[in-house]
Amino acid sequence: MQPFTTLTSTALPLRTENVDTDQIIPARYLTAVTQEGMGDGLFSWWRYSRDGSPNPDFVLNQPQYQGSEILVAGRNFGIGSSREHAVWALTQYGFRAVISPAFADIFYNNSLKNGLLPIRLPEDTVRSLLDLVEEAPKTSICIDLQKQTVTLPGLADSASGITETSWSFDIDPFRKQCLLRGLDDLGYLLDKEDQISAFEAAASL
Amino acid sequence: MGKTLFEKIWDAHVIAQDEGAPAVLYIDAHLVHEVTSPQAFATLRERGLPVRRPDKTYATMDHAIPTRIGALEVDWPDDAATQVRALRQNCAEFDVPLYDIEGEIQGIVHVIGPELGVTQPGMTIVCGDSHTSTHGAFGALAFGIGTSEVGHVLATQCLMQSKPKTFAINVEGDLGTGVTAKDIILAIIAKNGAGGGVGHVFEYRGPAIRALDMASRMTICNMSIEGGARAGLIAPDETTFSYIKGRTFAPKGDQWEKAVSHWRTLTTDEDAVFDRELTLDASALAPMVTYGTNPGQGVSINGRVPRAQDLEDPAERRSLQNALDYMGLTEGQPIEGQHVDIVFIGSCTNSRIEDLRAAAAIAKGRRVSDHVEALVVPGSKAVKAQAEAEGLDRIFSEAGFEWRGAGCSMCLAMNDDKAGEGKYVASTSNRNFMGRQGPGSRSLLMSPIMAAAAAVNGRVTDVREIL
Repeated sequence: MQPFTTLTSTALPLRTENVDTDQIIPARYLTAVTQEGMGDGLFSWWRYSRDGSPNPDFVLNQPQYQGSEILVAGRNFGIGSSREHAVWALTQYGFRAVISPAFADIFYNNSLKNGLLPIRLPEDTVRSLLDLVEEAPKTSICIDLQKQTVTLPGLADSASGITETSWSFDIDPFRKQCLLRGLDDLGYLLDKEDQISAFEAAASL
Repeated sequence: MGKTLFEKIWDAHVIAQDEGAPAVLYIDAHLVHEVTSPQAFATLRERGLPVRRPDKTYATMDHAIPTRIGALEVDWPDDAATQVRALRQNCAEFDVPLYDIEGEIQGIVHVIGPELGVTQPGMTIVCGDSHTSTHGAFGALAFGIGTSEVGHVLATQCLMQSKPKTFAINVEGDLGTGVTAKDIILAIIAKNGAGGGVGHVFEYRGPAIRALDMASRMTICNMSIEGGARAGLIAPDETTFSYIKGRTFAPKGDQWEKAVSHWRTLTTDEDAVFDRELTLDASALAPMVTYGTNPGQGVSINGRVPRAQDLEDPAERRSLQNALDYMGLTEGQPIEGQHVDIVFIGSCTNSRIEDLRAAAAIAKGRRVSDHVEALVVPGSKAVKAQAEAEGLDRIFSEAGFEWRGAGCSMCLAMNDDKAGEGKYVASTSNRNFMGRQGPGSRSLLMSPIMAAAAAVNGRVTDVREIL
């Protein structure tokens, strides 16, 4: 897993609530037997017209947001199916962090296992961030996982509704260390072999 | 202070809890299907690991396979065939038992697990599928996981999990005629929202839940994920025990009595406290129908599609407007009478024999409306055989429904069962997301009897008027 320490990037605004994993990656991309090729399917219902051409109205196709590694979205991001393909689609496209007021549980867990940082910020803050990056797409956002902060360097602009320029976010301390160091769960679990065997023996499993 | 049912199962399965780390949870049963497993088996291969407990792993194929009766594998789409072949190869290589479409036992993973008696009270059950919550109907802690976690369970039979919170959903009173378990769960989600259960495990309680058969309990627990919950639970009782008794993997002989006496302890203690609670009166419910693009956007059959102006929250207003634009519905319109093009009776929510019997009772002696295409997809080969033994297939066929083989089918349109652009689908499945049942498809979620009524009338109908 690619470690996540700090990230400075512009952000792509997706002002939609309840973005489900069928929207992130539709079922027809799930017939793959490998992880590859998911980036092309990211948001495909919205991103492509029915004839397969890019839909110019969808934010992902707008030139000012090309190269953004941070996605800012409405609440309940990632509801629905457990498909990890949704996270692979986001990371393969180039996203490294998603900011939303709330995430679905399975999506949140899947993100952490793939080096995609899900950041929960209050609804008002996310709304301000959406306003800001829609108005000023060049705005840089800095994420520091060690400090658990999202900051807007050099920006204090009351006109845009941004009265703060730094927010802290919560993350499970163990998950934070895994992300910082690029570790997955499997090594940790394999190290528990003695306890697993003892549990099975005690319960006659 | 006493424990909730969830806490009892959780505590019995934590094998390690390091300071500052999530719990290591032991998994009793791992269900596997063709779509979310290939990359997990690849991880095992890369690391040179075996499947630790193939005897606790059960694989089948359901998502991508065609359900047209007589569809030969050579005629399948290449990608579905590739995925099925990959599952066969992985199961052979790693010694995992496979319930193959070519064998006698096969079906939707959440239908065959309970059918085989794999699903038992007090177990932890996972699958790379969000509707694993279905198995909570037996008082098992069951939840969906991603493919990375599928790999963890294959390799270690364990998962790292943060402890969720508890959420009691009390359903009081008695259901009226024509009102079903599907209506209970759609009403709960409409009330609490599609994200309302995030971070929690629901426990469904109260007299209306106790009165339900196992198929109905599975319908409710199945859609816990649609309410945002990690899992849903119903405490086991005599209804549960008599369902399990005699099934292939059920305890036998002395072991049965021992198991049942343990299962009887799997209830929430009277003095236990839930983190959150919600109460619903079943007697006040009417059949439910969704109008929007998430399962929380539902209304009773006598209700109307909401108006944006009536919603205070700007995000909810925007969400409603987007949904209505996509669905082609009008603010304030009655949901009853809404035109329907396709009817889909099936899915892990509503494809069990009880669901098919109820729908067949409505279809019997009636005809599917001329402009409607209707299909019935049993949840498993066993459900299909039972339905055929009871003559339900003939009732459906004579009424103009198409009778299919077992699988997920048009619930997620991964195979060739796809609703066309702009088509309205009266569906017994669990998700009405944009494009879920085919590109541009418009889902109206409802119960099996409501879907059957919509098929014969060609529009959304209050089934109570034709009972």
